[in-house]
Amino acid sequence: MMADKVLMKGNEAMAEAAVRAGCRFYAGYPITPQNEVPEYMSMRLFEVEGGHFVQAESEIAAINMLYGAGGCGARVMTSSSSPGISLKQEGISYLAGAEVPAVIANMARGGPGLGGIQPAQSDYYQATKGGGHGDYRLLVLAPESVQELVDLTAVAFDRADYYRNPVMILGDAILGQVMEPVILPEPIALDSLPAKDWATTGTRGERRKHIINSLYLKPHELERHNHRLQAKYRTMEQSEQRYATYRLEDAEIAIAAYGSTARICRRAIDLVRAEGIRAGMLRPISLWPFPVEAFRSEVCGVHRFLVVEMSHGQMVDDVRLALDCNVPVSFYGRSGGMVPSPVEIAEQLRLLAGVGKEQTGGGAGE
Amino acid sequence: MPGRVVFNEERCKGCELCVQFCPRKIIVLLDRRNAKGYRTAGVSEMDKCTGCATCAQMCPDAVIEVYRERAAKESGADSDSPREQGS
Amino acid sequence: MSKVFSRPQALSDVPLSYCPGCTYGIVHRMIAQAMDELDVTGRAVGVAPVGCTVLAYDFFECDFQQAAHGRAPAVATGIKRVQPDSIVFTLQGDGDLAAIGTAEIVHAAARGENITVFFLNNTIYGMTGGQMAPTTLIGQRSTTSPAGRVHKRAGTPIRVSEMLATLDAPAYIERVATDKPANVMRAMRAIRKALQCQVDGRGFSLVEILSACPTNWGMPPLEALSRLGSEVIPYYPLGVYRDRINDASDGPQGPVTGGAAGGC
Repeated sequence: MMADKVLMKGNEAMAEAAVRAGCRFYAGYPITPQNEVPEYMSMRLFEVEGGHFVQAESEIAAINMLYGAGGCGARVMTSSSSPGISLKQEGISYLAGAEVPAVIANMARGGPGLGGIQPAQSDYYQATKGGGHGDYRLLVLAPESVQELVDLTAVAFDRADYYRNPVMILGDAILGQVMEPVILPEPIALDSLPAKDWATTGTRGERRKHIINSLYLKPHELERHNHRLQAKYRTMEQSEQRYATYRLEDAEIAIAAYGSTARICRRAIDLVRAEGIRAGMLRPISLWPFPVEAFRSEVCGVHRFLVVEMSHGQMVDDVRLALDCNVPVSFYGRSGGMVPSPVEIAEQLRLLAGVGKEQTGGGAGE
Repeated sequence: MPGRVVFNEERCKGCELCVQFCPRKIIVLLDRRNAKGYRTAGVSEMDKCTGCATCAQMCPDAVIEVYRERAAKESGADSDSPREQGS
Repeated sequence: MSKVFSRPQALSDVPLSYCPGCTYGIVHRMIAQAMDELDVTGRAVGVAPVGCTVLAYDFFECDFQQAAHGRAPAVATGIKRVQPDSIVFTLQGDGDLAAIGTAEIVHAAARGENITVFFLNNTIYGMTGGQMAPTTLIGQRSTTSPAGRVHKRAGTPIRVSEMLATLDAPAYIERVATDKPANVMRAMRAIRKALQCQVDGRGFSLVEILSACPTNWGMPPLEALSRLGSEVIPYYPLGVYRDRINDASDGPQGPVTGGAAGGC
C-alpha cells in the first residue's frame, strides 16, 4: 500500500509518529520550542482508543505521570526543552532504576539557565553522561531531519520496551520547527506487542503483586540490581550504535557532527570538495551508545577531525575518546542559539587543510 | 464474659495502646520479652474480656485476634469493627 | 466463639517497620480492612511515598509503585488515566504532600482525578529524623526548629484539608485522627467512604489522618497520643471539609475519570 508523503512540522510529525508507534499516554508542559507536541497530542490522543493526554502542572509532574502510566505497561511519552529536561532528571533516574520504559524528547534550546528559544546542542552531556543521579544510561537518538525523527520515534518506543529503559530523542529547535515532507509509518497494532508481565495491572487475585520500585536498602541487593542494569547497558553498547557517513570513503579531513548541524556541515563539505579538499563526515545518530566502532572502522585515511556543535564542545570529548586520541581533533562551535552557516564551517575546513586564514578556534560573535 | 483475645507476641512492640484503651483494663505489659526485645502485652483476666475488639483496633501492628460468642442479639454499635470473619 | 477481628487479608503477614506506637500501623490496618470489605485488592494499585511509609509496598497485598518524593499524586494520575478500573491510592506524609509535593496534590485534586489520597499528618518529618514539617505547630520543637517553631522565621502551619476544599473538583475531603478508639472508628468510616467514592467513580477523595510520632516528638506512645488529642486536633479540626459524593450532577466539579464513564 502506497504511503502518503505529507508536509509536517517536526514537533507534530514526532507526535504523530509516536501515536502510530502505540503511544497511548502523553504528559507534558508548555515550553518553547516544543509546544506543538503537547498541542498536537491534546487532540490526537483522544482520537485513538485508550489514548490519554494530560497537561501536567510542571515538567516534574509530567515525568512522574509517565512513571505511573509506564509502570502499568502503556507506551508513554513526554517532551520538553532544555530547562524542562533538567527538571525531569530525578524522574528519569527513577524510570531507569525502576526499569520503566518511556520516551523523552528534548527539543534543545540555548542555555544555560533560561537561555534562549533558538536551537542549541548544549544538552549532550546531560543526555549522554546522565543528567540524573546514579549509574544509569539512556539510549539517546539524534535525528537530523523530520523523516529521521519520525523513523527514530518508532525505534525509541520499540527499544524502550525491549530494554525496559527510558529512551531520549535529542533534537533541537530547528528540528522541532522546520516543516519537511515525511512518509508516516503505518500504525502498529497494540495487541501485536509482547505482553509486559511485570506491569502493575492489578493482581486480580491470580498472581503475586508486582512492584515498580528503585529502592533497595540493602547494599548488596542494590549492587546486584546495578549489575543487572549494567548488563543491559553493555548489550545496548554492542547492539545499538547508529551512525551515517557522507563522502567519507576518501576523506582526509572528517567532520563529526549530529542533528541539524550535520546537515549544515554536508553543505560545507560540498563547498570545499569543489575546491579539491577531500572532506567528509561521520554523523553519529546514537549519541549513547556512541558509535565508537565507526570511528575505528570508517576513518582510515582521515588525518584530522573537526567536530562541529552548537555548543562549546561536548560531543568532542567522545570523539577524542573514540579515536583513542590517535587523530588530531579540532572543534568549532556556536552557542546562544546562533546557528553556524555552511560558509563559516567551510572556512574552518580550509584552515585545517592549510589553505585558509589564521585559525580562530571556536566561533565567536560577528 | 463472651470474649477472648489472642496476641501474636512476636509482632508486639510494647507500645501499650491496647493497655490504655481496653475498657475493662485487663491488658498489661508482661515481663517476658520477645525476640526483638520488646516487652509484650497480654491479658491478665481473660474471663473479663467482652470481645469488644478495641485493643485490636488500636493496635498498630495487627497483633491481636479477637473472638466473641454470638449473643442472641448483636449490637449495632459494632458496625465500625470488622464484620465477622468466620471461625 | 467466632473470630470477629484479625489481620485483614490485604495487609501482608509481615512485621511493620514503624516505631512502637506509631499510628501509621493503625492506618495501614484500616486501609487494608477497607480493601477487604470493598473487595478491591485484586484491582488496587498503591503508590508509596518517600518518608516513613516508603516501604508500604511490602505491607499490602496489591500491586504497588514507589514514587519520587512528593510525586505520588502525579504517579497515581498516570496509573488511573491508563487503567481507569484500577483502585489507585497514595499514602503520603507531611513532607511528601505538603512540602515538596504541594503542586502535585493541588493539581491532582483540581483535575478531580478519581484517586484516593491518604495524608498521614504527624506534624514532623519522621524518616529523616525529626525536622520541621509544613504542619509543625508554632512552638513545636524539631531538629530544625530547636527552640520551637517561630512564626517570623518559619511561617505558620498549613491546613491541607481546608486548602484543598477551596477547589471545586474534589468530591470528598475529611480530616480524622487516631488518638483514641472513637476517633479511630471515625477514621475507619472515612477511609472506607473515600475508597467507596473512587469505586463509584465520584472523583477525588482525600482523608487527612492526624497521627502521632512518638520517636520524633520525643515522648512515649501514650503521651504522644495524648498530645495528638490536646495540641494537634485543636489546630487541625476534625470533620468533613467536602462531601459532594452524592451530588446528582457530574458538572464542573465532576470527576475527570469516572469508573465506567471514562473520557475526559
